Formats: sequence, C-alpha cells, structure tokens
Amino acid sequence: MLDASSQAGSSRSGPLLSAVSISKRYGDFLANDSIDLDLFPAEIHALLGENGAGKSTLVKVMYGLIQPSGGELRWMGQKIVLAGPSEARSLGIGMVFQHFSLFEHLTVAENVALGLPPTDSFAAISERLEETARVYGLPLDPKREVWRLSVGERQRIEIVRALMQNPKLLILDEPTAVLTPQEADQLFVVLERLKSEGRGILYISHKLEEVKRLCDTATILRLGKKVATCNPRQETAASLARMMVGAEIGEVKAAFGRTASIPRLVIHKLSLEPDDPHGTHLKEISLEVCGGEILGIAGVAGNGQDELFAALSGERLSAGEGNIVIDGSAAGLRDINERRRMGAAFVPEERLGHGCAPRMKLSENALLTGHAASGMVKRGFINKLVALAHVDRTTKSFDVRKAKRDPEAVSLSGGNLQKFVVGREILREPGILIVSQPTWGVDAGAAAVIRQALIDLAARGTAVLVISQDLDELAEIADRIAVMFHGKLSTPLEAAAATREKLGLLMGGASAAKEDGEHEAKYAVGA
Amino acid sequence: MQLVLERRPERSAVIAVASPLIAVALTVVTFAILFAIMGKNPLYALWVYFIEPLTDPFSLQEMAVKATPLVMIAVGLALCYIANVWNIGAEGQFIAGAVCGSWLAVRTNGADVGYWVLPAMLLLGALGGALYALIPAICRVYFGASEILTSLMLVYVANLGMDYLVRGPWRDPAGLNFPTTAAFDPVASVPTLVEGVGRLHAGSIIALVAVMLVAVLLGRTIMGFEIRLVGAAPKAARFSGFSANRLVLFTFAVSGALAGLAGIIEVAGPIGHLDPGVSSGYGFTAIIVAFLGRLNPVGILIAGLFLALTFIGGEGAQISMKVPLDLTKVFQGILLFYVLACDSLIVYRIRLVRTVRKPVHAAA
Repeated sequence: MLDASSQAGSSRSGPLLSAVSISKRYGDFLANDSIDLDLFPAEIHALLGENGAGKSTLVKVMYGLIQPSGGELRWMGQKIVLAGPSEARSLGIGMVFQHFSLFEHLTVAENVALGLPPTDSFAAISERLEETARVYGLPLDPKREVWRLSVGERQRIEIVRALMQNPKLLILDEPTAVLTPQEADQLFVVLERLKSEGRGILYISHKLEEVKRLCDTATILRLGKKVATCNPRQETAASLARMMVGAEIGEVKAAFGRTASIPRLVIHKLSLEPDDPHGTHLKEISLEVCGGEILGIAGVAGNGQDELFAALSGERLSAGEGNIVIDGSAAGLRDINERRRMGAAFVPEERLGHGCAPRMKLSENALLTGHAASGMVKRGFINKLVALAHVDRTTKSFDVRKAKRDPEAVSLSGGNLQKFVVGREILREPGILIVSQPTWGVDAGAAAVIRQALIDLAARGTAVLVISQDLDELAEIADRIAVMFHGKLSTPLEAAAATREKLGLLMGGASAAKEDGEHEAKYAVGA
Repeated sequence: MQLVLERRPERSAVIAVASPLIAVALTVVTFAILFAIMGKNPLYALWVYFIEPLTDPFSLQEMAVKATPLVMIAVGLALCYIANVWNIGAEGQFIAGAVCGSWLAVRTNGADVGYWVLPAMLLLGALGGALYALIPAICRVYFGASEILTSLMLVYVANLGMDYLVRGPWRDPAGLNFPTTAAFDPVASVPTLVEGVGRLHAGSIIALVAVMLVAVLLGRTIMGFEIRLVGAAPKAARFSGFSANRLVLFTFAVSGALAGLAGIIEVAGPIGHLDPGVSSGYGFTAIIVAFLGRLNPVGILIAGLFLALTFIGGEGAQISMKVPLDLTKVFQGILLFYVLACDSLIVYRIRLVRTVRKPVHAAA
C-alpha cells in the first residue's frame, strides 16, 4: 500500500523539495531572509533554531499555508506554487503540527476521516487507519473519543493521518515537545522506518541531543537567516548551540552551600475536582518544600499541572484551610492576594493573558501582582511612581530589553517579557515562589538568566517550586524532582537519583497505574 | 487585486484619536447623499443640522440640556463596557430613577415642605436606578443569564410600569385626564442657571462632576485599574485577585445610579412633571455617545454635546425643511455603525494585495 520507495529510488540523485532563496516579510519584520534548503529522499533533515528564528514560517511556506514574499519552491526539480495545504498534500507533502487540530468529542476514526477527501467510505477509512497504525507500530483504537487520549496518542493520530496520504516528504514540528522520553524513543523508531522506505523527513526541534541522535543533516536558522547546513553527528551539542544562539551561553552556576531548612510550603492531601469537564482531578497531593530548596515537578502537559498551579496560587480555593500551609499558616481558603501578603509569589505558564495583560503598560503589569502587597496603592489610589520604580528595578536587575521606559507588555519579545514576569516576583523577595514553565519559549540567553535567578533566590532561603516539562531544566536547577501523572504526584526523588529513565517511567504512569486500575493496561508497562 | 484587513504590529495611536473623527466625516457624507436622494439641498441640510443651532444662544442652552442626560448615562455605561459588561438597559434605569424620585415630588405636592425635597429626590432617583440595574447584574452573576438580554427587556417593564403610574394612581386630578402628574413644586424642581431665557439647569453641573469623578476613578484608582484589567484580560484579572462577578455588580450599580440620577434630573428639571414621554430614548442614544467618545470621560463629554447638536438640528430641520424627526435617529444609527467600523482600523490596516490566493488554515 505504500509505494514511496519505488519513486524514491529513481529520484535519489536530486532533492525532493527545494526552497530557493525563500523570504517572508511581515510589515517591517523579515521572518525569513533568502533561505535555501534542499530536502532529499531517505534523509532525516533537522531544522534547528531558537524561538523566533523563522522555523515555523519556513515550514508553513513549504506546506502552502502562507505565501512567500520572495524566492521559489521546487518539487523534484520543477518550480511550484502552493496555493494551499491541500495542494501540498496532493504533491506528497505531509505535516504533523505541534498544536493538534483534533475534535475532542469525535472518535479517532472520525477525526481522520474528516481530514481525508470524501471519496472513501467511513468503514474503508477505519480499516486503512487500523492497517497503517499496525504496520508502523502506532497503536490506536479507532473508536475511542479523542478527549480520552493522552497527548502522545493524539500525536499518533496526526502522524497516522499524514501517513495515510502516503507522503514522500513528512514535516514534523517539534514532535517530542509533548512526549515522555520513552514515547520519544518509540517515535524515533517510526521515523527511522519511514526513512528506510525512502521518504524524506523534515524534523523541527531545538533539542540538540535528539537531533544529533536522529538526523542526517541539520540546517540552522538564526533571526530569519540560514546560518549553516551541517552533519549534526560531527558537531557537538555546544557547537550546534553556538550556531543557534550566535554566542556562548552562560553556564548556570549552582550556589554551593545551599541547604534546605524548615518546610515553608506544605501541601497536605490536596484533592480538587476540575472546574471544566476536560480538566484533571487532583488526587491527594502531598508535598513539602523547604526554604533554600528548589523542588521540580515534571510531567507531560495536561496531567494536572495547571490545576495544581491554580490551587497553590489561590485562583481556586481548596476544600479545607489545612490543605495548603504557607510558612506555618493555613492558607487553603485564602485568596491569591492574601497568599501574596503571606509572602508567596506566583509566575503562571502563560505570559500574555495570564501573567500579564498584553495591552497594558509594564507599570500597570507591575501593579497587577503588586497591588496587594506593596506601596503601589494608598487608600485606593494608585501611586504610579512606585509602580514605575518597580519596573525600572526589574529592568535593571534582569536586563529586560525594551524600546521605551514603559511599553505595552505585548511589544516585548518572549524572553524579555518572561524576564520581567519572573523578575517582578523575585524582586519582592518572596518566602515562597511557585513558577510554572519558567523558560518556556524563551531564548537560551534569557533562560540562563532566569534559571540563575531562581537558584540565587533559593540560596537566600526561599522555597521555590518549579513546574516544568523540560527535564533538562529540572536536572539543571532542581534539588528534588517529583512527577505528576493523572492528577497524582509521585514521591520526590533526589535530583542525583532522578535519571531520565526513572522520570520517564513515572511520567508514563508506571507506579501510579498500580493504584489506579481504571487506566488502560497499555500504560501500565512498569506495574 | 484584493483588499485585505491586515493586523498592525502595534495599535495605532494616531488612528485611535482620528477614528471617531473619520466616523463623523463618513456619516456626514452619507447623510448628505441621503438628503440629495430625498431631493433636498444637502449643503443647506448640513447647515441646518450642524451650524445653525450654534449661532443661537437659546439653542446653545438647549444643547447643554440635551447633552446632560446623555453624558451622565454614557460615562456610567463606559465603566460597564470597559469591564466587558454589557448594560444595554440604561433607558430602563433612567425611567426607574425618574419614577423613584418623582414619588417624593408627587407625595409632597402642594404641601409646604422644606428644601430637603430636591436632594432627597436626587438620592432616590440614583438609588432607584442602581437597584433596577442590579436585577440583570444579579441574574448574570447567580444564574448566568445574559445581561444584554435581561437589561434590554427590563426597559419595557420600566416603561409600562411608569405608564401605569401616570395613567393611574399618580395622574394629576386637575390634568384633564392627560397621562401626567401634576407639575412639581419649586422646591422639588432643579433650578435653572440663567435668569429669563433658556432652560439650562443645575443638572449640567452634576453631569460635569460625574465626568470628572469617573475620569479620576478610571485613571487613578485601583478600582479603575480593576475595571480596565477585567475587561482587557480576564484571566490576568483573576491572577491579580480581582473578582469578575463583583465587578459586574459594581459597574451595573454605578451606571444604573448615574442613569437614574439623569432620569430624575430630567423630570425635575426641563420637564417639570412625570409623563410617558420623559426619555425620548436617552438611554439608547447614550450607547452611541459612549462609543463615539471612545469610552473616555472627556471624549464622552464632547460626543454628548455633538449628539445633542443632532437633536436640536433635527428639530430645526423638521421645521424649516419639512423632513421627519426620525431622520435624526437614522443619523445616529449610521454614526454608531461608522464608529464601530472605524475602530477596527486601530488594530488593523487596509491593504491592497495583488495575489488573489487565500491562505487556508486547516491541517490535513
């Protein structure tokens, strides 16, 4: 049923898809600047770059989603103009997006059928789906509704959907960002197999180790320009990073002599029903975070991290006041501002819209978390100078780059805004800091600044709780690491003992499955 | 070739100021075309509508009289709209305030009472408007009912309630069976500001004070910050510890109180008694005023005067050009349409593009 290999043999010499001097301009901003790229059959080609380097723009051009402002695309040597993704698919280009486009309440087969031309019967499509899934070792139950599936399984739907169109070139946008290490390994097996069938693969990532392991060629973008095309296996992670960032990245230094003191944040048997039907039920979460310690919470997204953050911040109140204890005082029924007055500070995952109001000035965004526990408000009136002074201090201490003194939050780059959002809380010298995805979508330079600031804050005696999906980040800064799975929290492991394998098994629900029989047996590999 | 609406990288500050002016210009052009179609001289019509009233001191006073309720209601509505709360029923709150305040005037009519009557009436008017506005607010907060529908529907309830009162229990016994209360006593009336000519009254001063208070509330206080934040970024507002529900109650109560106050001032001022025609749609026109003024108190003051001008000009045109008074409503409708359309230019810009292809946002 898959005949790509026969064609691949004949065109072995030339590239499948070539981008020739592709440019894309948005207003004054050049997202892609004359980029050349050749993708060959039977090759896994990595597209590397930091956030904002122009990777997504380039692949959207190659998939017909956006039109380039300059340059051209060639498919097997012929010049082409892609009017839309359906044209790209009919040529043989498939794509798996980072953000899935699936209908939660439809079954797997229904979702796949919706994306295919309406020529085949639904039964035939279901059959082909099962066949494709079996051949490639991507287990999927066609009759299951999508909302019941894990993120990894949802990604399988997208991959199978793309494969059912028998593509000659498959584009994957950061496919491992949402996977456990074990799930990522399984994906690599599938990709190797696709390659052996003669298909070309464009693999977008910023995880360097992964690229070194999997990819034959790597093209590196920086600030919209192509920096180099190289063989990643002959490079080191450091040399690749240097090409991506354009400079050496500062090492994060652990503050030695940091010792955990008494517990400052205590979570005791916290259970909470979700407030929306697809949310995660928090089940009897207990944890102690000591002053001077950074405790990391790992886990695949959607396993209750958002709900835990809302419960800890006080955006949602707990059932009993003893569920959450801040510096010895029960806080479970206190709202977020009362908790801030008790010395807690919070940094949510979403910078724009949750941590900051996008269209408000930085001084107003300083007020957003500062109004409860600072001199910014007197008798109901705002003291703008105090708020502005807080912005200036944050700017100076955290090297926030901005065009003017008090711009709108939305005008800052992701990294600079994140430095502001984290710095805004750290400068208040909180006793407890709870931060979710501290360096998500942030350039390497800003990430280093933020991680160092968290370590330094802990060294001054603060209890720091970091919720992160990035295991490398947790390995770098955390003293202990616990894993969230299906709303439960594992016992924390000492960082030294928390190997990727151990964490990966916990992220897949290895130990949780024992107590939780209702979950599918296929997840219970370690039980 | 094709026109596309393209998102600007940043909000355009120039367009933010220019947008209401562009809208007014487009409305005037459309209006002139409308007059030409009707066979009237468009230039003369525009002169009658927009210039003639400004040349006469009596008309200028009338402008202030008409602008007073519009501005007072609109600054209250602006608080709601900034907070993303949709109070469409200011007309009903206006009437509720007029009725509640009138109650005291009717009760004390003819009795020899002191100067406390008028302040008490104003207080009752504001209270009545606020309580009436809290009905849709409470329905929204506790039952999830759309405040747009409930506040609008309550307008008709208020209207018919008032109708009942002036035709029934409160009807003036000496009024030849007309549906109206007796004329209010001097102690129950808002005093005029200029001796002799014109109807300019002390209510205009109260409207100016309301504009200033709302400007301070929005710009300088934590409450104003809360209103702006809940409207701009609800999730960030929750993170900031503000309750959206509390704000629904607060903004409805304040805008209801201002509408109710406007209602009793109108009844105890220029009109002098309660009858079914006290409002002439101020509560709805104030929605246009609020948006034309960019939800900014000072902008609303200017917009209120401009809309008042169209009322006066419309009456003038009715007399001198024999056109229906409803044309003024048409004008106001066209104006609101252009104001909302021009607002999109703040965040978007129009561009001419050569290729005719549309990017499709669908994944396989």
